[in-house]
Amino acid sequence: MTNNNGQDSVKIGTRNVNLYYGENHALKDINLDIKTNKITAFIGPSGCGKSTYLKSLNRMNDLIPDCKITGTFLLDGEDIYAEGVDTSVLRRRIGMVFQKPNPFPMSIYDNIAYGPRVHGIKSKAKLDRIVEESLIGAAVFDEVKDRLHKSALSLSGGQQQRICIARAIAVQPEVILMDEPTSALDPVSTLKIEELMNTLKEKYTVAIVTHNMQQATRISDYTAFFLVGEMVEYAQTEELFSRPKDKRTEDYITGRFG
Amino acid sequence: MAKTNDAAVIAVGVTDNHKSAIRSKKIGFTNLSERIMKYIFTVCGITAVACVLMITIYMIISGAPAIGKIGIIDFLFGDTWYAKKEQFGILPLILTSFFGTFGAIVIGVPIGLLTAVFLSELAPKALRNFVKPAVELLAGIPSVIYGLLGANLVKPLMYSIEEIIYANDPGHQFTGGANLASAIVVLAIMILPTIINISENALNSVPNDYREASCGLGATKIQTIFKVVIPAAKSGIASGVVLGVGRAIGEAMAIILVAGNSANMPELFSSVKFLTTGVVAEFPYSSGLHREALFAVGLVLFVFIMIINLILNGILKKGGKKEKTAKRAGKA
Amino acid sequence: MAKTSGSLTKKHTRISDIILKILIFLSSGIVVALTLGIIIYIIARGLEGMSWNFLSTPAFSYPFENYGVLGNIINTLYLVVITLLVATPIGVGAAIYLTEYAKQSRLTRIIEFTTETLAGIPSIIYGLFGSVFFYNIFKVNYSILTGALTLSIMVLPTIIRTTQEAIKTVPMGYREGAIGLGAAKWHTIRTVVLPSCIDGILTSVILSIGRIVGESAALIFTAGIAAEIGINSIGDIFTKVMDQGGSLTVQLYQYAQRGGAEMKYAFSTALVLLVTVLVINICAKLVAYRIRKKRSA
Repeated sequence: MTNNNGQDSVKIGTRNVNLYYGENHALKDINLDIKTNKITAFIGPSGCGKSTYLKSLNRMNDLIPDCKITGTFLLDGEDIYAEGVDTSVLRRRIGMVFQKPNPFPMSIYDNIAYGPRVHGIKSKAKLDRIVEESLIGAAVFDEVKDRLHKSALSLSGGQQQRICIARAIAVQPEVILMDEPTSALDPVSTLKIEELMNTLKEKYTVAIVTHNMQQATRISDYTAFFLVGEMVEYAQTEELFSRPKDKRTEDYITGRFG
Repeated sequence: MAKTNDAAVIAVGVTDNHKSAIRSKKIGFTNLSERIMKYIFTVCGITAVACVLMITIYMIISGAPAIGKIGIIDFLFGDTWYAKKEQFGILPLILTSFFGTFGAIVIGVPIGLLTAVFLSELAPKALRNFVKPAVELLAGIPSVIYGLLGANLVKPLMYSIEEIIYANDPGHQFTGGANLASAIVVLAIMILPTIINISENALNSVPNDYREASCGLGATKIQTIFKVVIPAAKSGIASGVVLGVGRAIGEAMAIILVAGNSANMPELFSSVKFLTTGVVAEFPYSSGLHREALFAVGLVLFVFIMIINLILNGILKKGGKKEKTAKRAGKA
Repeated sequence: MAKTSGSLTKKHTRISDIILKILIFLSSGIVVALTLGIIIYIIARGLEGMSWNFLSTPAFSYPFENYGVLGNIINTLYLVVITLLVATPIGVGAAIYLTEYAKQSRLTRIIEFTTETLAGIPSIIYGLFGSVFFYNIFKVNYSILTGALTLSIMVLPTIIRTTQEAIKTVPMGYREGAIGLGAAKWHTIRTVVLPSCIDGILTSVILSIGRIVGESAALIFTAGIAAEIGINSIGDIFTKVMDQGGSLTVQLYQYAQRGGAEMKYAFSTALVLLVTVLVINICAKLVAYRIRKKRSA
């Protein structure tokens, strides 16, 4: 079922992943490899498990009581769920951008500097540099450089989301997980973030959940299609959309359901 | 009357010819009772305003004459309160109330805030169901009982501390534990429920998004709490602290048995008189200028409370506005 | 930050995290220990002076010196009943005005601000105010009625706010349903709004009882300190409201102030109060539980 393209190296490999919310079997036997410096998109109707899967990659599901996960998750060959894993280190290496822009109620500067500070960086000069680089990296520097010390909540939704991306890259992650990052934004902001993703993949591995199939075709290298907790098909984006192997994938991408 | 109304309403509902129903006499009754009830409710609503006005006017009428007779400077800044000699300087009382409240806040706020953090962020459900009722009960215990416990438990404890500290100081006037330190401990305990409840509400209303974002950046739970959640809840927590100040500065019965009741300048281990305890202790036997002066003390306390109310109102308004901009920004 | 893709299992122990965690648990522990300690201590010392005689006779019924609280229990009941009779209708009425009639205006803002203000005024100020204001009306120095009217003002904010919250949770659809059938406003309130928030009003009454029973500073100068029962004929039941009458809390204060042998009776009085507070808390919980159940149903 998995279509491995031998040329790209694997950043995160997952095998036989099963996830339960109490009685509810939310993910069923997922096998999937996320490739280094590529954008992998997860598509599927709502409730299919794509967001759940994404969040299990940096153990955000740990925050939910009653959530049980089995299977193996390997980040560069290291088991993410092994005994003694420091989730703090894990989440620094695998960053996350959420559906709703969620900057902290503090200044733009403090938002970006939050992660580095948490990880022990105190030097003002270093922080200044990280903040500037991250904002440039998230293509929002020019818009906010004059008001770094104003509240991040005063920005527009699209700017806020790019601040959140800047905040995520400020801790220099290796992987960035994005959970429908544009679903709360207007088309112009969406376009800006899509352009940004293309430059992000040069440095980072990106995994994105999207409800928008056009978006997946525009930005991703690989696409996985989820349906009621199962991963139906996983292939290079072009191939999945032009020659789907599974009938259910075809039905979905041609708009017959979902 | 009520029956008639029902009938009229039903008539409106079922009649084919609405116009005639509207003109019917029964509807006239309904309108009248509607108007009377509206009038009654408006009066009820205004009662609260009237009460505040009355209290304000009466406090001024009863308190101002003494201040006039004594002189506002001598009254507020005089350092001797000695009723028999008609010396009514309340500076020691003001400072005692100030430092007593300050001490209670210094002890009570950290304990209260951390307990609120426990309840809102860390406690497993079973423990929460145990701690929360304990806080509610603490809030319900009448202040005289705190006074009783203070007199029987805190006072002896503070006396033994006093004995150790001043063992070699022959100049020290021993208080037997009836001193400012004891009063501070009792007040600190009394304001705990206020601080805990308001802070917990403030922490609970911090959106989960912030916690997720912080954890997503690799912050630990404790880092998230202290660097994101508490700062985000700071206006709510501040209003809890201000309410705590209000409670502490206005409390009388809980500390009257432990403060010692001599109008000394505040020192931890000296017998002191608060604005409140002064009134409770002396009012029953006071007369003439003394009684008027006690009303003036009440007036000073009232002014302090009004200032605290205004500060609180300011904090709440600012907090509300900030929330609104946050919401608007989120929608944009 | 150097790009170290640090090993996942190399745990960093953050000392500050551990210290803060210890402080959090310590603080919560202190709060629980305080509550339990207070309850146990009062029960232990309160039982000493507790007896049927203590509960069934008033204090100092001459010629025999006697320690009891029956008179104070009766006085407290009088205070509770009169205060609620005065404050509940006004408070509920004000809440109805604020939620159903008033449009967001200057007046409602003023009413809400003054309600907050009333809630913040310390009870000693209420005591001073009540003693002068009601003396001017009744021309008696101390009476149960004076005390109860003073307390009515004091509990007004509790009743207004709790009722307001309850009314706000009545779904708009209920009102629309009634108004759509042609019901007028007061009729809608009486038949639809009030019945569905009766539990909320009950909660506000229970909370107020808690405040009344626990109040002392506002009562010393208004209701006074008398501990007799003072009811010898049926007429006395009504005239008693103009008599002096010390509540349980005031009696506790008297016992504690005199100290010595009477201290144990202060604790027994405290035990009576504590049990009352516990019962009130449990009642409030039961009503809250009922509300939740009704809402989820």
